[in-house]
Amino acid sequence: MIRERRVNSIDWLSLSIYLILMLLGWLMVYSAVYDENHSSIFDMSQRYGKQLLWIVLSLLLGAVILLIDAKFFNAFAYPIYLIVMLMLVGVLLFGSTIAGSKSWFQIGGFAIQPAEFAKFATALALASYLGKLNRDLILWKTRLTAFAIIGLPAVLILAQYDTGSALVFTVFILVLYREGMSGALMIIGGIAAFLFVMTLYFDQWYVIGGLGFLFGIGLFLVKRNRSNITKMLVLLAVGVSFVFSVDYAFEKILEPHQRTRINVLLGMEKDLMGAGYNVNQSKIAIGSGGFSGKGFLQGTQTKYNFVPEQSTDFIFCTVGEEWGFIGTTAVILLYLLLLSRLIVLAERQRSAFSRIYGYGIASVIFFHFAINIGMTIGLVPVIGIPLPFISYGGSSLWAFSIMFFVFLKQDANRLNIL
Amino acid sequence: MIKRNLSGRKTVILFIFSTIALIFIIKLFFLQVVDHSYKLSSQNNVLRYITQYPARGKILDRTGKLLVFNEAAFDLLVIPQQVKAFDTVDFCQLLNIEKEDFKVRLNKARNYSRYRPSVFLEQISKEDYGYIAEKLYQFHGFYFQARTLRHYPQPIAAHVLGDIGEVNQRNIDSDPYYKSGDYIGKSGIERFYENELRGNKGLKIVMVDVYNREKGSFKDGQYDTLPIAGKDLVLGLDADLQAYGEALMQNKTGSIVAIEPSSGEILSLISSPSFDPNLLVGRIRGQNYKALQEDSLKPLINRAISGSYPPGSTFKMINALVALNIGAISEHTRFTCQGKLSSPIKCTHDHNSPLALLEAMENSCNPYFWNTFRSTLYSSHFKNHKEAYDYWSETMHKFGLGVPFDTDIPFELSGNIPSTAYFDQLYRGSWNALTVRSLSIGQGEILVTPLQLANLAVIISNKGFYYKPHLLKSIVGNEYLPETYTEKIETGVSEKHFEIVKKSMLDVFEGDHGTARYYKIDSIQAGGKTGTVQNPHGEDHSMFIAFAPYDNPRIALAVVVENAGYGSTWAAPIATLMIERYLKGKSSRQALEKRMMETSFNKKKL
Repeated sequence: MIRERRVNSIDWLSLSIYLILMLLGWLMVYSAVYDENHSSIFDMSQRYGKQLLWIVLSLLLGAVILLIDAKFFNAFAYPIYLIVMLMLVGVLLFGSTIAGSKSWFQIGGFAIQPAEFAKFATALALASYLGKLNRDLILWKTRLTAFAIIGLPAVLILAQYDTGSALVFTVFILVLYREGMSGALMIIGGIAAFLFVMTLYFDQWYVIGGLGFLFGIGLFLVKRNRSNITKMLVLLAVGVSFVFSVDYAFEKILEPHQRTRINVLLGMEKDLMGAGYNVNQSKIAIGSGGFSGKGFLQGTQTKYNFVPEQSTDFIFCTVGEEWGFIGTTAVILLYLLLLSRLIVLAERQRSAFSRIYGYGIASVIFFHFAINIGMTIGLVPVIGIPLPFISYGGSSLWAFSIMFFVFLKQDANRLNIL
Repeated sequence: MIKRNLSGRKTVILFIFSTIALIFIIKLFFLQVVDHSYKLSSQNNVLRYITQYPARGKILDRTGKLLVFNEAAFDLLVIPQQVKAFDTVDFCQLLNIEKEDFKVRLNKARNYSRYRPSVFLEQISKEDYGYIAEKLYQFHGFYFQARTLRHYPQPIAAHVLGDIGEVNQRNIDSDPYYKSGDYIGKSGIERFYENELRGNKGLKIVMVDVYNREKGSFKDGQYDTLPIAGKDLVLGLDADLQAYGEALMQNKTGSIVAIEPSSGEILSLISSPSFDPNLLVGRIRGQNYKALQEDSLKPLINRAISGSYPPGSTFKMINALVALNIGAISEHTRFTCQGKLSSPIKCTHDHNSPLALLEAMENSCNPYFWNTFRSTLYSSHFKNHKEAYDYWSETMHKFGLGVPFDTDIPFELSGNIPSTAYFDQLYRGSWNALTVRSLSIGQGEILVTPLQLANLAVIISNKGFYYKPHLLKSIVGNEYLPETYTEKIETGVSEKHFEIVKKSMLDVFEGDHGTARYYKIDSIQAGGKTGTVQNPHGEDHSMFIAFAPYDNPRIALAVVVENAGYGSTWAAPIATLMIERYLKGKSSRQALEKRMMETSFNKKKL
């Protein structure tokens, strides 16, 4: 009886989208690295052949996860988190460096990137922690613990010089917001981001001058009693010190290549052959697709390597070039549909763990989606993170598949929870 | 657990997701649908337009001998990105370049593009190519590209054939056919017949990857075009005669122009000093061009068309023809000559007086022709001497003097026949025959080019007409010559007046006092006229015009040897040697030939 109900209640909609995105990814990888000498899509010496292998293995992993008892993941959330954290430390000590990031375990011919699995482990641990009774994000203790769970992997990944993957963890703020943390944090974050950009665009003294001006207007508008003036002075002081620290961080802490990336994005540096090259070529590829695209395997910009990393981080270029505006819109809508469906599924969970975990994976997928596509069309700095389910790469595909199937399992099991 | 209503937050999060998706779709709409510039950029990325150069037409002489053809040469290209570390000393030795030069060239290529090929060393000869190609495998990123170079099997006719060089900005602006780096005829035949010789470029569109490796043709070659080879030209030039004339003129400054009177085809056009046209080909062109430009003897100048000389005594015949034509004199008209005491122009020859036209010509008597000229200007035919002068100068133009032929030789000068207006201005309107008396003996303001002088010989040998002198005999594949080269041009002077002038030229060889009687050619009757032209630059210019055979002339020519002295001592023997060579194919006067070839009038300049 119970078993039967479990099977029936798998969410076929999200599973279908997952499968469509993955198959689409396979075709895109085939097209991006297409080579007439190896034209079989099943050629195992080529990336598309390997991607098929990763897909099959992902589905196998998915099947295994669906067979595991749903309670296992809540129960073993901390051990899994711990193991992954140890792997992150281990990779710092024994890992191999690929493309400037020391974040890979080399096992035989394959390289595994623990950072990809850290997102899954963190989502699990966060859900497990916040899912318990008496956890409330109004409480500082809960807040700090949650921050620690999120922050630890982020710091370890940052130590691997993989800034992109580390940034992913900031998205858990969405989960915390859903679970009751003050929305002011997000607003403050937004204002901070605005000041951050302004400081980079203009000289810090102009920004401070602007703050002073706003302060003056504020004084004019509000009732001038002691408490209001004190509050405003504090705000001003915080704002000014933020501006100073951004300037300091930008000049002293960021690596030169990161500084350049931000500058290129802000249009302050038009270095087309340097850091801007990637984005420019990426925009050319997507833009040249036009409304309906050049057709499958007809893309020239990606196939002939004008776009760098065309099968991994810049896979969206192939979509844009070969399928045009129709294709890009379809892919974006597919993601939006998947994300919305995940939120709907999360909201219908009876257990807090499942709900929080569901929000966790939706947020992570959203962050990857937003940053990756934003980067290829020049809205976001170049941050090397893959497009979920589509980009070439075993670690990333497996990690996202595990995350996805674990949630599918939780959802399928939701009625068994009292 | 404190219960709070958080259901609204789901909406906020969904709102954030949707907003981002919407922003992306809007941005993509502008990127992909609105903005078309990316399509262009993508084509720039991936399409390479490869020009297929056609073979330039060959140039042959009238007997079918090759004057110019194309020879394979090779450019050494480099793709900087593919260059790997190698032994630069070895490499420089192989190419025979300096190490500094090597660095400069490689940097230039790098600055152009790291991924696209650029020319590292241009126009390497076939011989060097074989040697270098064998060892080139050691040096990654370098490879050869074939091209063609002009080659001249005989080092002759440099001025006639001209040269080719890279197009300049003006060429590119005025004709969209040319792209930077293309070659164009810069002078001579190469310049004038550029459109016939160049053919038409073809275009091949290929797709390349980011490393500029070819990935196949674009749309299966749908937009490709094949090159069309240039047309071959046959010139009226006789290569053997040209070479012979150049040999005769070596170490002398001057010119020989020989024309076939019955067609106007130029048989030889020699300007001395000359140079080997192979010097202006390939890598050595720039350096050699500069050296030739700086040479004090100015070998780059084509004296046959841009050397302007007073015609001297050769001009007296034309003066006589004008006077005869309007009846100012007849062949029996006699004038007296007081030798050195004559006024206003004295005579340097010793002869009878008074004397008639034929005798006057044989003796080149200056007073006689002064009187002839004066009779022309004061002839009752005209209202006054200015109207007479107008007629005179107009007739000169009909003889091809004072105006350019506008023929297939670029940079031709017109010489000078001063106009009435010119004298009016110079003498404030008050002048008469006496004022301009030097014109009567071919001195003063009159200037002619050797080509015009040779054409005078043509006119006299033809007794009154000529065809525009031209180099082209035919364009292979074209049936007809341009009409302008086949149109008979009449001088307007009646044929009967030419008889006596022509006869006087025969006497130059045959007469007892003929100035060229020592150079009479066995079994060939020829006509000739010497000229000894005073000039402010030193010794007189030695000048001679001639034609042969007398009755049915096949060659008419002018010889000018600058600063050599009497016309009879240098220009005349050279002219007869040319005639003999052309008509008989060999010389019967080896000693004379040797002396002419070996004499030098060019002082060694430091």
